[in-house]
Amino acid sequence: MMTQYVHQPSFMTGDEFSIETFCLLNPDGELYEGAKEPPLTREHARKLYQAMLATRILDERMMAAQRQGRLSFYMQCTGEEAAVVGATAALDDADMIMAQYREQGALMYRGFSIDEFMNQLFGNELDYGKGRQMPIHYGSRKLHYMTISSPLATQIPQATGYAYGQKLAGEGHCTLTFFGEGAASEGDFHAALNMASVHQVPVIFFCRNNGYAISTPATEQFAADGIAPRAFGYHMHVIRVDGNDALAVFEATRQARQIAVEQNQPVLIEAMSYRLAAHSSSDDPSGYRAKSEEEAWRVKDPLLRMQRWMAKKGWWSDEEEASQQETLRREVLETMKRAEKRPPPPLESLISDVYADVTPALQRQLDQLKRHIRRYPDAYPRGAQSLDLTLSSADDRQGEA
Amino acid sequence: MTTMNMLQAINNALDIAMAENEKVICFGEDVGVFGGVFRATSHLQEKYGKARCFNTPLVEQGIIGFANGLAAQGAVPVAEIQFADYIFPAFDQIVNETAKFRYRSGDLFNVGGLTIRTPYGGGISGGLYHSQSPEAYFTHTPGLKVVVPRNPYQAKGLLLAAIRDPDPVLFLEPKRLYRAAVGDVPDDDYQLPIGEAEVVKEGNDITLVGWGAQMEVISKAAELADEQGIACEVIDLRSLLPWDVDTVAESVFKTGRMIVSHEAPLTGGFAGEIVATIQERCFLYLESPITRVTGLDTPFPLVLEKEYLPDHLKIFEAIRESVNF
Repeated sequence: MMTQYVHQPSFMTGDEFSIETFCLLNPDGELYEGAKEPPLTREHARKLYQAMLATRILDERMMAAQRQGRLSFYMQCTGEEAAVVGATAALDDADMIMAQYREQGALMYRGFSIDEFMNQLFGNELDYGKGRQMPIHYGSRKLHYMTISSPLATQIPQATGYAYGQKLAGEGHCTLTFFGEGAASEGDFHAALNMASVHQVPVIFFCRNNGYAISTPATEQFAADGIAPRAFGYHMHVIRVDGNDALAVFEATRQARQIAVEQNQPVLIEAMSYRLAAHSSSDDPSGYRAKSEEEAWRVKDPLLRMQRWMAKKGWWSDEEEASQQETLRREVLETMKRAEKRPPPPLESLISDVYADVTPALQRQLDQLKRHIRRYPDAYPRGAQSLDLTLSSADDRQGEA
Repeated sequence: MTTMNMLQAINNALDIAMAENEKVICFGEDVGVFGGVFRATSHLQEKYGKARCFNTPLVEQGIIGFANGLAAQGAVPVAEIQFADYIFPAFDQIVNETAKFRYRSGDLFNVGGLTIRTPYGGGISGGLYHSQSPEAYFTHTPGLKVVVPRNPYQAKGLLLAAIRDPDPVLFLEPKRLYRAAVGDVPDDDYQLPIGEAEVVKEGNDITLVGWGAQMEVISKAAELADEQGIACEVIDLRSLLPWDVDTVAESVFKTGRMIVSHEAPLTGGFAGEIVATIQERCFLYLESPITRVTGLDTPFPLVLEKEYLPDHLKIFEAIRESVNF
């Protein structure tokens, strides 16, 4: 870039720029004047909406289950379904998604079954993660959804690296990474965006600006106009979108994907939304925000908006809505009953996958543990379940020094 | 065979790995056209192109975060952290991500292709921030492998093994030996085993254990002891995680005495782990207390570096005390 010299000092703050918010549907589900419908077929739109609806119902049921003490922990996506599902629907199904933790809607859209959700939530023997992570830490290799990791923002530079590999592979895929406006304060966010710009990587950084990082409001998270202006510092394409408008999110992400894949350029998307539910089952928002604030956002419910638009197009009806809700609720409850009855992962899963192969030292530690559990099986009911207690402790001394 | 210093051996290993597998990708600060501040990656960009050998911005957490993602995608990244003293911004990515990637996903995803190379250690007038030996922070992290070569031959064979290992490896390079250690290195491709110690010198009186640059110091102490008629058995651990308990225990069964030496501070150092394990295994065979000869429990000094370091004389004194116990 050419340097322009001036001879009077002048300071800038960024207020010289203003970033608009892209939106297509008003809260009544009508297109704004001058807004153009994105290329979305009836089937595609229905799939998108049904994933939003299924996510809402899964969240309601599982939060209720947590309150009943059936589940240790839960996190809802409520209020942000359009942002998550709208973005996912604009990707190729083989594009990688590296999410933060509140993006179960992406998995729902890609066809993760209710059984698969439940097995992870209950950490039973069928959980792909082998009962090692807290509920909602889903992952699916076949659906190109990276297993969730609790540390915030670590997935963002990983997305840059993953997308760099996709670029070298040359198969036309990209990576989309979700994170919150709070996580964008972490150093990993800045490292990731800078490296993606410098190395021209096909990655989409999707910020769900939902107003809160647990209890900390966005106004105490950053002084600037949200997350979007940070893209300027990295010379990156950026768009801000109404996160409660599934159509706008879909269209913004669809075009971002074109930039990423066709030009090998990263894009930052800031979706403005609101976390209608608590941060997690361990949180109580009444301690830090007003009910009236929540009510104001309920009016902007992303499901209602999409539903109304689809109804006007004749793509969805009240009857369908009612019967879908009923079917989903029943499926969630039945599946939950099955999942919670399944046994825990076997004791051996304590030491597998630490390394590609179990090391002799780890095998010795497990053998020692087994002998101990045989002596006190009542104290370790889960571990004892997978042990044959009739065996004498001499039977698993293999590997002992 | 070619006579090489350790940097040339490392460069040769990277060259072989990149020629063999186009998924091997080298990057880090100044790694590209300049070939790294120590020149370990010299000419690799010229040979394999900018896409496979390149500079990164100056951000260690970004380098390792990027490397984790790249490895998860199926590539074989060899990421360089310019000095081990500067690895700490990447600590979260290494400890919480690299090490747990396979485990937390139930083996759906892994970053086993990743190797992190980083120069470590003192004796180069580097002061606090160009001298540290941070191995113990990482040996406390299940899921990582930690490997340290002692000479050019070991460096090439262990680095090739690390790059091809199915688990992520932290490869600590003793920078004091980069140019100082010179030796014959086979031109061909070869690997040395990760997780196996090597008995460098046999002896019946006392076992001396170390790794990396400390092996040179330990060998010198063993020579001094030899002159006094004390036959030392010298063991290079080579791999700290996992470490070869059997080889060390076998030796101590024979000698009944052991000294462990490392440059890092005493408290919480990896020597403590070795000592605890060996006393458990060899309690009835021990003739004297196992001792540690290490750096002091201070930051790494500058002007008084020589005084701080566990040199051959300090080890020799420890040998005498052990034998005369």
